[in-house]
Amino acid sequence: MEIPKSFLGYKRENGRAGTRNHVIILPVDDISNACAEAVANNIKGTIALPHSYGRLQFGADLELHFRTMIGTGKNPNVAAVIVVGIEPKWTKRIVDAIAKTGKPVEGFSIEGVGDIDTIAKVSKKAQEFSMWASEKQREECPLSDLWISVKCGESDTTSGLASNPTVGNLMDKLEPLGVHLCFGETSELTGAETVCEKRGKTPEAQAKFKKTWNDYNDFILKEATDDLSESQPTAGNIAGGLTTIEEKAFGNFQKIGGCQFIDVLEPAEEPTKGAGLYFMDTSSAAAECVTLQAAGGFNIHLFPTGQGNIIGNPIEPVIKLTANPLTAKTMSEHIDVDVSKILSREMNLSQAGDELIKSTIRVANGRLTCAEALGHKEFVMTKLYRSA
Amino acid sequence: MSNTDIIIHDEKDNVGVVVIEKITPNQDCNCWIMENDKSVSIQSKNEIPLGHKIAMIDLNEGDTILKYGHDIGKVVKNIKKGEHVHVHNVKTKKW
Repeated sequence: MEIPKSFLGYKRENGRAGTRNHVIILPVDDISNACAEAVANNIKGTIALPHSYGRLQFGADLELHFRTMIGTGKNPNVAAVIVVGIEPKWTKRIVDAIAKTGKPVEGFSIEGVGDIDTIAKVSKKAQEFSMWASEKQREECPLSDLWISVKCGESDTTSGLASNPTVGNLMDKLEPLGVHLCFGETSELTGAETVCEKRGKTPEAQAKFKKTWNDYNDFILKEATDDLSESQPTAGNIAGGLTTIEEKAFGNFQKIGGCQFIDVLEPAEEPTKGAGLYFMDTSSAAAECVTLQAAGGFNIHLFPTGQGNIIGNPIEPVIKLTANPLTAKTMSEHIDVDVSKILSREMNLSQAGDELIKSTIRVANGRLTCAEALGHKEFVMTKLYRSA
Repeated sequence: MSNTDIIIHDEKDNVGVVVIEKITPNQDCNCWIMENDKSVSIQSKNEIPLGHKIAMIDLNEGDTILKYGHDIGKVVKNIKKGEHVHVHNVKTKKW
């Protein structure tokens, strides 16, 4: 198949391109959710991104909170942003960082004003942003404007046999075209960590991966009361035939095909070393991982599933594929791409990779994913430790 | 090409994965090895559902399970060729 050279995206002020054109109302903290949700309810064409944190965090945990907030606002799938927080200082820090992209962004704080007047003020600005964004048109963008993140979930052995290798096939075909790619899931590389480390393109990338995985493993050994056998693999994984974390890890690892990663990113960190594959240190919980990757600037997501994970994200469209013929049948409303014919050998991996590329470009051009049509908007902040 | 009942990732692997809805006891199964496109056959001993593993050889306690050509855990209870391989007879080496 000849791979299309372009897709229809929204060109942004900073040179990036979006596959979506969202106007978001971003609460800085948990107590500002009500205001953000009221505004999104008032003004059509906007979405609120409620979450559970943002108060009394400190140190690396607070830095991650800011990085996630700011990265979400900067994501090219977002046309304009309103930030609402309880107090002005943290609100302003987020607004100022998002403003560097050149996109419209405005901040409001609730203290001394109250919800009702804040909702009125924010709604007026949100209406202006929504109507402004509605005139944005899709334009032809080079394929290299796609930043593709990947993460699998509710995996079973069909994931390692077919759906993850399908994503790997797509990576092998798109990496030479200058696309940014990202995989994560530090915990779910356990068992394959030394094999994964060797996929670092440079000694620096390899060392960074090794340190990231070791730090994670030290944390597990310190916090675990028993072991991770109850969580990794999950009950769903075991039902699907996965027996050990090592088996899950080697299945997971198929997603990167033959690619090498050029750098290791902190959670929600934006890549800065140009096109190619990046590893991001993330949890393997689906919504947390995709939220971090979206905050890193990735604008379209591929999600292979075995037993049928149903996750979506408010700003980054999540395309689901499965090779499990039962899941494709019983959960068809969640599955964008069915590659189960690989198992019956009616389709080979390269054909499946081509199908996934076609679906990815259709979604990049605007086709809703199953998760979008079903209203999945899981926005989940990663918390490193308890608040002060 | 006859129907494939079991797929084996790598020639070195000592387990295969059931890719039909289930295999029944004493079923003669066709296995396809992805790595080298070879075919082998095996007779099952248990009923094994889609996605679950079958032992391609006799395995003893302490043996290593190989899948993708890599170590994915250790045998904790002897397994006969054709038997179901899962959490009841294999454990991680990690935790």
